Amino acid sequence: MKEVVVLSGKGGTGKTSIAGCFAALASNKALADCDVDAADLHLLLQPVDKQKEEFWSGQVACIDETACTLCGLCQEQCRFDAIHDFKVSRFSCEGCGFCARICPVDAITMQDNMAGHWYISDTRYGPLVHARLGIAQENSGKLVAMVRQQARKIAEEEGFSTIITDGPPGIGCPVISSLSGADLALLVTEPTVSGVHDLGRVIEVCRHFKVPPTVCINKSDINEQKSSQIEEHCARNGISVAGKIPFDTAVNRAVAHGVPVVECDDGPAASEIRLLWKNVESLLSTS
Amino acid sequence: MIISVASGKGGTGKTLVATSLAISIRAKENVQLLDCDVEEPNDHLFLRPVITSSETVCIPVPKVDYARCNFCGECARVCAYKAIAVVPKSVLIFDQLCHGCGACSYLCPENAISEEGREMGVVESGNADGIEFVQGRLTVGEAMAVPVIRRVKARIKSDRIAILDVSPGTSCPVVEAVENSDYCLLVTEPTPFGLHDLRLAVETVRQLGVPSGIIVNRAVSGETLVHDYCKQEGIPVLLDIPLDRAIARLYSEGVTLAEGMPQWQAAFADVFAQIKGALHERSRCA
Repeated sequence: MKEVVVLSGKGGTGKTSIAGCFAALASNKALADCDVDAADLHLLLQPVDKQKEEFWSGQVACIDETACTLCGLCQEQCRFDAIHDFKVSRFSCEGCGFCARICPVDAITMQDNMAGHWYISDTRYGPLVHARLGIAQENSGKLVAMVRQQARKIAEEEGFSTIITDGPPGIGCPVISSLSGADLALLVTEPTVSGVHDLGRVIEVCRHFKVPPTVCINKSDINEQKSSQIEEHCARNGISVAGKIPFDTAVNRAVAHGVPVVECDDGPAASEIRLLWKNVESLLSTS
Repeated sequence: MIISVASGKGGTGKTLVATSLAISIRAKENVQLLDCDVEEPNDHLFLRPVITSSETVCIPVPKVDYARCNFCGECARVCAYKAIAVVPKSVLIFDQLCHGCGACSYLCPENAISEEGREMGVVESGNADGIEFVQGRLTVGEAMAVPVIRRVKARIKSDRIAILDVSPGTSCPVVEAVENSDYCLLVTEPTPFGLHDLRLAVETVRQLGVPSGIIVNRAVSGETLVHDYCKQEGIPVLLDIPLDRAIARLYSEGVTLAEGMPQWQAAFADVFAQIKGALHERSRCA
């Protein structure tokens, strides 16, 4: 079984539109949406939820006002500046439990935190595992790990050959959690100064975690010069460019209708995405 | 005054808005631009600041003094992040899991744990044509953005107009950046993805108690998806920036909208005036 994760560094480069197309093009696969704080893949795949589970992770400190003697030790020692006027900010508390251990009158307890939900759903393209991190919650990395673990379990049970994972933007905790142990990272970039800069950082992350990257330049014709610059950068670093997708309003129309563009169009973007999937499939088979 | 620029969905135009807003008001106001998207900071590509100082961001991680340690295991028991394991004759410390809370060193009965700094990233500062510029940069391979964002925010000066460029999403880095802002500008696009993630962003700023207004980027005439939602929720739309190849081209080259098409400066100055008006109204009602 092989897993490809779609990442980008910069947000809004087209990860989800492309992952949605892969869902339609690939056979024998499970799907995972690892962008757990702004998941959008379901808007293209129209899943029917089969199973919904609570995701409990981490703890939050809670001060019992009636027992508190206002000694101030917790405020003084909290490294996260999470306690003001003897009240805990649930946004700042990182759940370390230090305050609860040192409170001289045991007025602080640590309470388990429900950080979100994860779902197993049916789509017309196959099973999808996705999740919703609660607003302002931490531990997105752990929820991502849960989504990938469930997708892998389904793929094993069903004998699927491929897992397609839509990743989050950035290079931090949820990205690392989406990437580690995958067989291939498809990095979707765009020919802009930010696209180039952010691609460089996410390539480094792939190196760090030893996952081979391949690149797709989306909206490649909005700036041909920047596009060539990306291709040269990839060539110099021994990274393949698996696809170049031209700017095509058919992609926006498809999103507006809630379908992957390859399902409703044969224009330039849809054709290039089909080629891109063939390249990714062949890279996956040799990874 | 602190104005944060956030979005939910990535790639909607936060960087465009933050940089153009800063440029459009710098003639009249003392402006700071702080790039809190420490995973992928991009504002420097558009403002090309002269960086004059660089501070390393460290979090304190435990260091064991083996002359004192008796391997009792208390440090491992008190660590909520499973960053310490005590085995016979050795204490294993997993730096990457440590949040730097300090519980282990404080609670060690033998006083055998001190702390040393582990580098997570840098905060750089300088000047970009009259705009005081600050940005954070998370070291590649590090998972925790929040400590770097905290250090960036420590540079906010209360007598300035501080504009904060925030990372996409709704989880802890976004909350850390937006918390305590006077106003949050939410940048979106009129697509189902844009609207879906805008709803989450609105919910986030509401929970933080920060007033907000919307900027619709890549607006298409006749597409009222976002405007309808905003009307229904009672959130003001402060500006529409049209879907325009020339604007996209400027962005791709690293040119701010306010400089590439200076006629936009008045529009961004007006956004600032609307924010000031809303905050004035709010303080009057409070």
